[in-house]
Amino acid sequence: MTNYLVQANGIKKYFGKVHAVDGVDLNIKAGEIYGLVGSDGAGKTTTMRLLVGALLPDQGDVTICGYDLRKQTELARSTIGYLSQRFSMYEDLTVLENIRFFAEIRGLSATEWLPRSMEILEFVGLDKFKDRRAGQLSGGMKQKLGLASALVTRPRLLLLDEPTTGVDPVTRQDFWQLVIKLVSAPHFDSPTIFGENRGMSEGQGGGVSVIISTPYMDEASRCHRVGFMREGKIIAEDTPSNLRARFNNRVLELRGSPINKLRHVAHQDEDVEDVAAFGDKLHLRVRAGKTDLIMKRLPKEIESAGGKLTELRAIPSTLEDVFIALSEDQVFSSNPVL
Amino acid sequence: MFNSRISSIIRKEFLQLFRDPRTLALAVVIPIVQLFLLGYAATSDVRNIPLAVWDQSKTPQSRQLLDAFRAADYFTIDYFVGSTDEYQKLIESGDARVALVIPADYDIRLMEGSAKVLMVLDGSDATIGATALSTARLVGQSFATKILSEQAALSGRSAPSAPVEVRTQVWYNPDLNSAYFMIPGVIGMILSFITTILTATAIVRERERGTIEQLIVTPIRSWELVLGKLLPYVILAFVETFEIIIIGRYWFGVPVRGSLLLIIFTSGLFLMSSLGIGLFASTIANTQQEAMMTVMMYNLPSIFLSGFFFPLQAMPKFLQWVSYAIPLRYYLVVIRALLLKGVGLQAIQNEVIALAIFGVVIMGAAALRFRKRLD
Repeated sequence: MTNYLVQANGIKKYFGKVHAVDGVDLNIKAGEIYGLVGSDGAGKTTTMRLLVGALLPDQGDVTICGYDLRKQTELARSTIGYLSQRFSMYEDLTVLENIRFFAEIRGLSATEWLPRSMEILEFVGLDKFKDRRAGQLSGGMKQKLGLASALVTRPRLLLLDEPTTGVDPVTRQDFWQLVIKLVSAPHFDSPTIFGENRGMSEGQGGGVSVIISTPYMDEASRCHRVGFMREGKIIAEDTPSNLRARFNNRVLELRGSPINKLRHVAHQDEDVEDVAAFGDKLHLRVRAGKTDLIMKRLPKEIESAGGKLTELRAIPSTLEDVFIALSEDQVFSSNPVL
Repeated sequence: MFNSRISSIIRKEFLQLFRDPRTLALAVVIPIVQLFLLGYAATSDVRNIPLAVWDQSKTPQSRQLLDAFRAADYFTIDYFVGSTDEYQKLIESGDARVALVIPADYDIRLMEGSAKVLMVLDGSDATIGATALSTARLVGQSFATKILSEQAALSGRSAPSAPVEVRTQVWYNPDLNSAYFMIPGVIGMILSFITTILTATAIVRERERGTIEQLIVTPIRSWELVLGKLLPYVILAFVETFEIIIIGRYWFGVPVRGSLLLIIFTSGLFLMSSLGIGLFASTIANTQQEAMMTVMMYNLPSIFLSGFFFPLQAMPKFLQWVSYAIPLRYYLVVIRALLLKGVGLQAIQNEVIALAIFGVVIMGAAALRFRKRLD
């Protein structure tokens, strides 16, 4: 057996004619934070649901912690914590009652659940609200409750489906601190915080793996690896810095006036793939290997069009650039941008 | 069989039930309301039929006849009128259902042995009309017999006896009180209606609110989830059953003659069908509203074709055949026999076997359809 915590081989899920997930392979190591990004409808949520067995794949199989999800479903699930995109706690139960319920049906005994729940609630910062009904929590607190309930049985794999969508920036920040603490902080696996680390074999290191789907690129850049999904496929997968490196020297920043004329000229250039306005600046994405050519050509073109260029320089690419490039490319499979 | 996963589902279900006043009211108050509605309002006993009298004779003899009508308990003499027009208006307006006309020469004709009175009946309500008709005939007959024997006594002869006399004995319900018939039926109706609605909505609610997604990824097995979701409603159903039996017994005086154990056992068998239908509906419906509509498609034919309101024997043959496919039909026979007749298992064994088969088949089919998945 490999040391992958999650392995998915060629999973497919069709809803009628829609190929929601169309052949996804995943290999997630222990202790890894894996980000699943892509536009709405790219297949992120369906992929997540296939990974937890909420949906049955039409093809392919999933192995989690060595358990075949199709045949050893409940064993595989006992290692998973899952936070679905939609709030899925009971609104008419209190925070503690929710945690208790999910702890118990995941097999924690009557003596175990209370100390463990209090520990988790403290960890996510909800201990003061333990007697509040879940329906009366704010959006951010609801997500923390979801996380707490997913964590209460110390899963080895945490699947978070757009956990920060619609949550304010401060809470998003909080939430990420929790995730990072969970994966990286060694004390979290120690007996004082989380009891003995049952089910973990030695030498796997790290411990908890996280698969998180997000529409936010700043969050994607916090992951160890990112997979870009489009039309049910993962079309690019790498570390954030490697992904950005593929676009090194391919993003130019442009200042000058009038901005609309500059924009028009840039659009006309056949080697410019994309023009985006950022306030008084323009960002251009250019074809691979054409950067120097454009740096020479563009000032002339602007001048002859009557524009005035004040600054033109290559800037480091962001994941956002990568994301847009991947989303816009018309025929990504036969003619990849990367 | 019983583990901590199931008991935590049950506990959660009760917690939610007690926090949701609407569902709790549906479960506890509705049975009482239906019991009183059907115990009192849905009675087919016709009493106190308003009677208009045109007494043209106004003699001691005619008053004797009126006393006989009063004594029969089915009529109240509300109006004394003096013309055909008057009683016609009363019947048209519905203030009187029956008019009795005693001719002026009633006492003379009575002496001659050929007195006639006229009875006019409002036949627009068939139940009242039929009762009034048969009661009026009976009153007339027994009044005539009484007069004959009085005349015979006066003349010193022995009273002539009728050639045939039908003596009646009414078993189980001597007063033919229709509450006796209705209240056991209410148990069947509650076990069918409330149970199917509550179980279907309780499961669909998890889907509607998205909580099913969290349940799915826990290691709980499908059958444990089903059992944990259904058992609270089994308990609730038995609470309702005893609620009705106790109020039926102490308020309406409906007897409980059969064994309590048999009542519990047969009710349990019938419950399996109801729970199964609820579970089945939850696998079809996506919202609570859809779930309600789905179980109604089962409940409505059940009520009308089970013999709850209308006797099966009075239905066309085709509908009688359809009624064999309705579990409530068998349960109504069983529960009425157990409460009123106090029979043992032997007398109702066919119905009990039918209930068991329906229960196992419906529940089995529903449980097979129920998947712990989103698609």
